[in-house]
Amino acid sequence: MSKITNEELLNSIKAKFDSDVTNISEPFGLLTLETSREKIIALLTFLKTDAVLQFIYLTDITAIHYPEAEKQIGIIYHVHSLVNNIRIRVKVFVADGDVKMPTATVLWNGANWMERETYDFFGVVFEGHPDLRRVLNVDDMTVFPMRKEYPLEDPNRVDKRDYFFGR
Amino acid sequence: MVEAPPGVEGAGFFATSLDKAIGLARSYSLWPLPFATSCCGIEFMATMASTYDLSRFGAERLSFSPRQADLLMVMGTISKKMGPVLRQVYLQMAEPRWVMAVGACASSGGIFDTYSVLQGIDEVIPVDVYVPGCPPRPEAIIDGFMGIQKLVQTESLRRRNLPEYQKLLASYGIQ
Amino acid sequence: MQNHPVFTDNDPQNEYSTLNLGPTHPATHGVFQNVLTLDGERIVSGVSTIGYIHRAFEKIAEHRPFYQITPLTDRLNYCSSPINNMGWHMTVEKMLGIKMPKRVDYMRIIIMELARITDHIICNGVLGVDTGAFTGFLYMMKYREDVYEIYEEICGSRLTTNIGRIGGFERNFNKIAFDKIHKFLKEFPPALKEFEALFNRNRIFVDRTRDVAAVTAEDALSYSWSGPLLRAAGVDYDVRAMEPYSSYEEFDFEVPVGSNGDVYNRFLVRNEEMWQSLRLIEQALTKLEKEPSDIFHADVPEFYLPPKEEVYNNMEALIYHFKIVMGEIDTPHTEVYHSVEGANGELGFYLVNDGGRSPYRLHFRRPSFINYQMYAPMSRGMLISDAIINMSSLNVIAGELDA
Repeated sequence: MSKITNEELLNSIKAKFDSDVTNISEPFGLLTLETSREKIIALLTFLKTDAVLQFIYLTDITAIHYPEAEKQIGIIYHVHSLVNNIRIRVKVFVADGDVKMPTATVLWNGANWMERETYDFFGVVFEGHPDLRRVLNVDDMTVFPMRKEYPLEDPNRVDKRDYFFGR
Repeated sequence: MVEAPPGVEGAGFFATSLDKAIGLARSYSLWPLPFATSCCGIEFMATMASTYDLSRFGAERLSFSPRQADLLMVMGTISKKMGPVLRQVYLQMAEPRWVMAVGACASSGGIFDTYSVLQGIDEVIPVDVYVPGCPPRPEAIIDGFMGIQKLVQTESLRRRNLPEYQKLLASYGIQ
Repeated sequence: MQNHPVFTDNDPQNEYSTLNLGPTHPATHGVFQNVLTLDGERIVSGVSTIGYIHRAFEKIAEHRPFYQITPLTDRLNYCSSPINNMGWHMTVEKMLGIKMPKRVDYMRIIIMELARITDHIICNGVLGVDTGAFTGFLYMMKYREDVYEIYEEICGSRLTTNIGRIGGFERNFNKIAFDKIHKFLKEFPPALKEFEALFNRNRIFVDRTRDVAAVTAEDALSYSWSGPLLRAAGVDYDVRAMEPYSSYEEFDFEVPVGSNGDVYNRFLVRNEEMWQSLRLIEQALTKLEKEPSDIFHADVPEFYLPPKEEVYNNMEALIYHFKIVMGEIDTPHTEVYHSVEGANGELGFYLVNDGGRSPYRLHFRRPSFINYQMYAPMSRGMLISDAIINMSSLNVIAGELDA
């Protein structure tokens, strides 16, 4: 199926970034690693430009919020090498007061709206992004709705009776 | 064929009351504005296509400009971002105008009880007929359309001058 | 209203005008807005605004058990809801490690390819309407009704199907469904041929669409395009061929690839994909005859609801029913990414689970959202009419754009 195995991929990454990639696992065959905010662009550039790996396709950028962890917000990149038919998932965790990341639009144009969506929902500020504003929610929203503390339903509703719907 | 309203018929003439005649003419030549946002819009496309042809009822000419439309059919979820746009479109329509909320999302927010979805378009504009369903079958949309036709035929000609109507519009903040 | 940054690049004589190609579109495309700066008929720059139908699917999914997320996925790309449903079921089955019987895989392929055909019917038909040719669309919509009848026979619903369950299908395809599928396979090819005869060498259509919005493969890849758009630009990336799911590797089909990514190429690629889907459905029907005809779900009592007769008579089935509905079954504490080839491109599901009843985080990798970001940069320098054609050939479905 894939032309290179997860092991070879991991070895080529470790050859360049040995101590910077941690938490390596392979859930369902997809190599997953964690790195730091300082090294993420270097790692993605290496993955994209290396002659053997050729991870030229950015599948998705998204985020996740763990309110109890030490570093609450995780930004997750899925990258795909079409030539070798292999995927990789890279995560970066940042703490809540300091949610800044370098932008990936320097590598892929497609990261533009993906990062805007991540900013819109989690508040991750991507430094260097050409146009970082909200994309899906209303422009004047002040909170970041996908964070766990924000409720699903509209908090200002007056017409729904809780004793009927038993919340 | 449409049935003639009750009236007096004679050789070469037919006498009925003006509001019945005008109601008849209006109801069979409604120009809908399909304000289709999501899945119900696709069922509307099926209603306009040949199997469930809505133009049998006179709604042949879809108008995408509110200035030229009679019936605002809101089909699909209206989010809070879209609410002001919908209100603007409604305000641009000239009297007589009717509003049909097609689908669960337009009637009451549907399955999307979230921070970003307007829980029914009757929070921003007054609605005449609600068509439930997710999405409603084309037959249900046609049934709603026939309900609008009945309203057009039976309500007073100058509905806009009735005090209840004006009170209703005032409650929405529309002059 | 929203504050839109409008770029007035070098407007020396102050003669550029602003046009709001606003959220209220003609019924076909959906609610998204483009504020265009025009120099006469030519677009100087544009700013896209989306989110007018943002329904917070990802947030809702964190509060629903797995089987209740299927109706949400229906409403992503609502023109081809079965593909979204099957993609979600396969993601959950991948996470739970459920292996599907071959017959279920073939049934899924039939449903997914029917859905792909319906989506391309709408896209190509509407592309015709936007160039002024209403006839093709009207002829094709009848076949969408035929497919709706097939869906109704299987799951009861026409458009937002909620078809299938985690572990298979809710009921077997009965004889009427198979008859309808055979009838569709007999009646649709001549109609598709007629549709192609109306458009493919039609002088007006070709003049309107050839060399409009041509895209190079490098640009398309850098903007993370996928699906028929990327294939029209020359890159043969099809998730069904590269990472086959649901037994696609046993089937014999071609992936049509275009050359310069213009609107005409995208139209032809979608037409050819419809022919390949018909081929896949025929092969699936022949393969189905060799499988025992009463299997329609995997044997996973922990996740697939037992039949009601057993629930009322059998203690074990009652307990399983209770545990499934109340969400008492343990699920693995892990994360999974699974993608399927949706009608617009790679539809991905990133599911992070914490062992409970609902996902901890569910993210949809939506192809329309990612494909559409190139629209504003691409429309610089185009005429308005070309920009409209370009938009309809991108096949942006508003539900998938905003989620």
